Amino acid sequence: MKKKNSVLIQNSITYAIVIACWVLVQILTATGNMTSLMKGLLVPLCIYVILAVSLNLTVGILGELSLGHAGFMCVGAFSGAFFTNYMEAAIPGVGLRFFLALLLGAAVAGVFGILIGIPVLRLKGDYLAIVTLAFGEIIKNLINALYVGRDGSGLHFSLKDTLSLGMDDTGVVLIKGAQGITGTPKAATFTIGVLLVLLTLFIVLNLIHSRAGRAIMAIRDNRIAAESIGINITKYKLMAFSISAALAGVAGVLYAHNLSSLAATPKNFGYNMSIMILVFVVLGGLGNIRGSMIAAVVLTMLPELLRGLNDYRMLIYAVVLIVMMLFNSSPRAIELREVFMEKFRKKRKTTAKEAA
Amino acid sequence: MSFLSYLINGISLGSIYAIIALGYTMVYGIARMLNFAHGDIIMVGGFVIFTIVSTLSLPPALGILAAVVVCTVLGVTIERVAYRPLRGASSLAVLITAIGVSYLLQNVALLIFGSNARQFTSVVNVPSLKLAGGALSISGVTMVTIVTCLVIMVCLTQFISRTKVGQAMLAVSEDRGAATLMGIDVNRTIAITFAIGSALAAIAGALLCSAYPSLTPYTGSMPGIKAFVAAVFGGIGSIPGALIGGILLGVIENLSKAYISSQLSDAIVFSVLIVVLLVRPTGILGRKITEKV
Repeated sequence: MKKKNSVLIQNSITYAIVIACWVLVQILTATGNMTSLMKGLLVPLCIYVILAVSLNLTVGILGELSLGHAGFMCVGAFSGAFFTNYMEAAIPGVGLRFFLALLLGAAVAGVFGILIGIPVLRLKGDYLAIVTLAFGEIIKNLINALYVGRDGSGLHFSLKDTLSLGMDDTGVVLIKGAQGITGTPKAATFTIGVLLVLLTLFIVLNLIHSRAGRAIMAIRDNRIAAESIGINITKYKLMAFSISAALAGVAGVLYAHNLSSLAATPKNFGYNMSIMILVFVVLGGLGNIRGSMIAAVVLTMLPELLRGLNDYRMLIYAVVLIVMMLFNSSPRAIELREVFMEKFRKKRKTTAKEAA
Repeated sequence: MSFLSYLINGISLGSIYAIIALGYTMVYGIARMLNFAHGDIIMVGGFVIFTIVSTLSLPPALGILAAVVVCTVLGVTIERVAYRPLRGASSLAVLITAIGVSYLLQNVALLIFGSNARQFTSVVNVPSLKLAGGALSISGVTMVTIVTCLVIMVCLTQFISRTKVGQAMLAVSEDRGAATLMGIDVNRTIAITFAIGSALAAIAGALLCSAYPSLTPYTGSMPGIKAFVAAVFGGIGSIPGALIGGILLGVIENLSKAYISSQLSDAIVFSVLIVVLLVRPTGILGRKITEKV
């Protein structure tokens, strides 16, 4: 009973932090203390938080390294933006279209997660990392070569160029290869972003503290032991992986609706993006949801606030990543920390005694 | 004839992949870790040669020698500083550290050389070969690459089966604990493996940049990933597997570039990887390892 309460308190603190941030931003905006630079960062911050929290579900909770998170984001972004543009005439309200696009983006990314997950989750550790990496690259490649247009007779697809779509005069190109999708309405706001962050947290935190979540963590800690007590490995792995993918899709849709033109470049959906999200997760602590949230915010804000350091930003990232891993995981560092903590505890005991 | 020339170019590209894949495969076989920074060592090798040959205008042979030395030292240093403290930690921790090292190398190169592509002068001065009355032309770089790859393969297999150090490598990859009990210095063996892998990466860098003469801090990352694909393809941990995987991958990439779509060639290469992993998770020549509880 006591444990359940502490979980509830911990979760509430996490939600409260997000809400407090939202209130703070509202106050700052109302009093005119928000610079335009910060305003431009608000929605990307929400996107990174959603990505980091969802990747933590795969890496921290499920214990499988995924290097293709940006690929799922890309799938979500393009399906969402395509939907919003395609339905422009059918559904006039931007808000409703955006909402439906979010659902669609999540669903498509989730389906991709299942499709990739079924074969791939049979592989172990390092292989999974490389296959998800390959998936991310394939998606980026395909979308850069994809042309979709619409005319009176319906949709046309091509992997070559605009001309080979074979449309009549009324045809409109919706996805234009490497140029991507243009003209998506800028429907994403900070409030919507925060709501989506809360939703993501709600889904992930509840999953972790449910029966399914405990099964997932049992698989992470010892696959064979988990299997021997009758946990369906494939089912739970797939569950965590596809939920993580769907949430990345949501972040993608948010991303697409924050920019008027969307193209898949190595910078936004490439390998580097996947790595950056991984850095958030690792820095925040594997399996620690609140940690990855805070790491995402701090690491996105810091370089923007320290503009002069922009050249060194990725260098600092790299060094921080290595040092953190050495400090956290190296057997000798763990030993040293134990010794240090032991001394610290002793000291506290003696001072407590002296005080008494 | 054009098919033949695509095929030969594919084999040449595949030979480069095979040389890089050797580094991946040996390190994986012996240290059980993916050295993600391997691709970036190629880039470092390329920049060392570029600095010596183009900036200091010294002979190319000196450039290659310097690249091999620098990369070897770099590889051993990385192993000592970043990977050795993590021996015994989870494979996820090691993998993430390797990614961090890869990032570090890229960004240091970015700070020193900037993001603009540098024009790399070829270090190979062999005239191209004209066959069938000029219908089929094979460039000097292509021939040198294929020959170098074969020579490296033969030397390496001989080194492993004939020398004491090579036997120690085999023993460590077989069973690290038992190897330690037999008096093999595991740390030293792993360091030697990294040295050999990095020296090969330097040679691969010279060949890669001679064939595709544009050099940026990101030059190594794509070929590195593809070479890893090749290593997995052929069966990671196996040296002949790296050769077979590398050449197959190079041929697939070049043929799909020529006949299907140049834009989609990367997607095709990666799809092949996924299919291979699903059908034979241990690769073409890989051994199946049964898990003990």
